Formats: sequence, C-alpha cells, structure tokens
Amino acid sequence: MSYLRKILAIVWKDIVAELRTKEMFSAMFVFSILVIVIFNFAFDLRVSGERVRAVAPGALWVAFAFSGILGLNRAFVMEKDRGCLEGLLLAPVDHTAIYFGKMLSTILFMLIVEAFMLPVFTAFFGVNLFDLRLLLIVVLGTVGFAAVGTILSAMTAQTRAREVLLPILLLPVAAPVLIAAVKATAGVLDGLTMAEIARWLQLLVAFAVIFPAAAFMTFDFVVKE
Amino acid sequence: MKQAAEVREREPRAAPAPAIEVRKLVKSFGHQTALRGVDLEVAEGEFLTLFGPNGAGKTTLIRCVSSLTRPSAGTIRLRGQDLSTAATSLRQHIGLISHNPLLYGDLTADENLRFFARMYDLGDTEARIDAALDQVGLVARRRDPVRNYSRGMVQRLAIARAILHDPTIMLLDEPYTGLDLQAADMLRSVLQDLAASNRTVILTTHNLEQGLEMCDRAAILHRGKVAWEGPRTGLDLVRMKQIYRDVTRLA
Repeated sequence: MSYLRKILAIVWKDIVAELRTKEMFSAMFVFSILVIVIFNFAFDLRVSGERVRAVAPGALWVAFAFSGILGLNRAFVMEKDRGCLEGLLLAPVDHTAIYFGKMLSTILFMLIVEAFMLPVFTAFFGVNLFDLRLLLIVVLGTVGFAAVGTILSAMTAQTRAREVLLPILLLPVAAPVLIAAVKATAGVLDGLTMAEIARWLQLLVAFAVIFPAAAFMTFDFVVKE
Repeated sequence: MKQAAEVREREPRAAPAPAIEVRKLVKSFGHQTALRGVDLEVAEGEFLTLFGPNGAGKTTLIRCVSSLTRPSAGTIRLRGQDLSTAATSLRQHIGLISHNPLLYGDLTADENLRFFARMYDLGDTEARIDAALDQVGLVARRRDPVRNYSRGMVQRLAIARAILHDPTIMLLDEPYTGLDLQAADMLRSVLQDLAASNRTVILTTHNLEQGLEMCDRAAILHRGKVAWEGPRTGLDLVRMKQIYRDVTRLA
C-alpha cells in the first residue's frame, strides 16, 4: 500500500504542476490539432469519401504519437530541473515507483488530450470514432506507448540532446504498438468484429504488459549513475 | 558490587557501529577516477567537515553515501547496514542538502513539502510542514511557487525539505554556495541546531572558516583520497590553513 501511495503521490505532484503551468497540455493539444488539420487538407486533395476511412486511423495515431512524444519529453526534463529526480531517488521507496508514477501521469495526460481530439477528428474527417471498441484500442495503445516512452524518456533526460534523441529511440521501439493500434482502429472503422481484430488487441495487451515489466527490471540502472 | 564492576570491565560493551563507515571506496566515470579508495568513519552524533579543492571528489563521495551513485568498488555501511543491500530502508535516515535544491519550481513550498512527506510516508504531515517552514522562516511565503523565490529562500526551503523526515544522518554538500549573507546566517543557525540535536553530519566545503565553525573532526579529501584527518580540538583557522596548503600541495 505504501508503494502504491508513493506512485499516486508522484501522479498528484505532476497534475498539480501541470495545472499550474499548462505547458504540456497546451503543447500536446495544439500539436494534435495542427497534425489533424494538415492531414485533413492533404488528404482532401488526393482521396475522398470512403477512402478517407482508410487513411484516418494512420492520421489519428500520428497525432496521438507525436503529441505523446511532446508530453514524454517534458516528463523527465521536469524531474531533472533543479535536481528533482535526485530528490525522488532519495525517497525510501523502490525506484520503480518513480517509473510507474511517471508512466501513469503520462497516460493520464495523453488520454485527456486524446479525449479532446476524438471529437475534433470526427468533425474534420467525417468518421465516427465514438465506439467502445475504439476507446479500448485508444486506451491500450496509449498505455503501451507511454510504458515504453517513459523508460526511454528517463534514459534520454540524462543526455544533452534529449529532445532529439527521444523520438529517434522511441518510434522504432514503439512501432509494433502503433502498427497494432492503427490496424485495430482501421478494423473497427471497416466494421470488422472483435474476433477479427483480436490479434491486434492481443499485441496491444502484450506490449502494455511487457514494457512495464521490462522497465520494472531495468529502471534502477537507467536512473542511477 | 565490586565483583560485578570487574565483570563489566572484563567484558566491555561492544562499541556501537559507526553511523557512517566507508571502506576502500572507488568510483570511476569511464576513464576518470573520482574516488581512489576512500576510508572514512563517522561516529553517531559526530559532525565531520570534509575539506578539499574543486575536483577532489567531495560531491561524488556524498552522492555515494546518499545512495544516489553506485560505487565502482568498496563498501558503505550506514548505521551498521550495507548500503548496497538496504538502500531503500536506509534512505529514510538520510537528509541531503546539495548545490541543487531538489525542489519543484512549479509547486509552492507547501506543495513541495507535502509531496516529500508523502514520499517518506510521514504521519502528522501538517505539523511537520509547519515546524519545518517555521524553522527556516518561510511560513509567510508558503503558498508562493518556488520559481518566484530568491536563491537564499530556495536554499532555506531545501533545508526544510531535507529535515522534514527528521533524518539521523545529514549530508551537506557545499550548502553555502550562492547564498547571500542573510541566507548564510540562516543556514548556519540551522546547522547549529542540527549539530546540537545529536545528528551525524558530513559537511563538504572548500571554505575553511565555515567548515571549522561547528565540526567535531575535520578531514581533507584530495585527488579522490582522504589525505588528512584530525580532531577539531586545538585546530584553529591558521593551523588548518597551513595543513590544507601542505596537504593539497604535497598529496
């Protein structure tokens, strides 16, 4: 229970800091809107009607992934500022609590931005995204992406070129999550059944479990000199 | 009674384990070796000042003892327990004040202390926060974001954070850096309280005058090794300056 309380303390601290500055939210939100607007105009020139449904999942997840990278870039930079990460490392708790706290904050921030973006995307692309199966895919994809992103964010925050390094490292590693999310989203938009998209969902679940488990074993080596 | 006293004499009480015991500590960063076999003992309640020029390894030693840095070789024992195996529980007893305040600029003083109180699982949070803020004179500014504080105020809040969980071991790494006169006086007063409260303290500094003020024992770290150590008794500033010059020139 003490471990869980400390994870929640980190989430609380991140929420309070973000509510005060709104730096991360505003950056993620504006970036997502821009991606959707740009894709919308670009696709209008080349495809129309039903074919928009074929490109919509890709555009949606590009917006989610890139805004997520913005959030992840801030996650540990904030901790490095004024040596706060050292303050966390000094606390009498297993260091993996820091990972899970930061991961949960990132998931929360990404989901809030995504909740705002789904209606915007629906309006721009004319595809209905309000489907419970789709919401499940968004949650699983976000968890998998944040799980791998958080450990890589902790690694790159120790380097000088962190803003550049994070996307370079993250996108290849998170590619299976993004591909599975895009395929599953496309399946839902095409009217496939749960059984038909089950293998993509299984892949998303696997990544949502494997990455936190791997981080649990390696996080201490990532954050300590 | 006499017989009993003789038995006590024959079987002396085992000496308590030192609060901090460092043995053959080595720390390398790639090809650079910061610590080259440091041996150091600090008894419970003792105040040790560690002098040394820039690059001597003072900060690395403090980081190793505080469990922030993993040693390349050697052992560190705190309160008789090996730091490499019992770090999580031992951190409850460590308070660190360093160049960095370890505080969140976007949170207020209150929120920072409340957060660290949760991380240390402290009970009676409000009373502790009130007492800590009162001790460093920041009660009136407790609801201001830390990013609006002056350097001196930030360092005072860093002290409040470090003593919030009532640690028995205080590690102070160049705490006077960047402080104005008023803030330095405030810090000195807090350090005097720490020294009087039977806490084990290691203070690192290259300022001989500040370092000698409160210590029970002094040591000089030079080129990653303890090059000299001795009791504070009979050691004045002139003598210390002479020793420091000799050691850092010759070692």
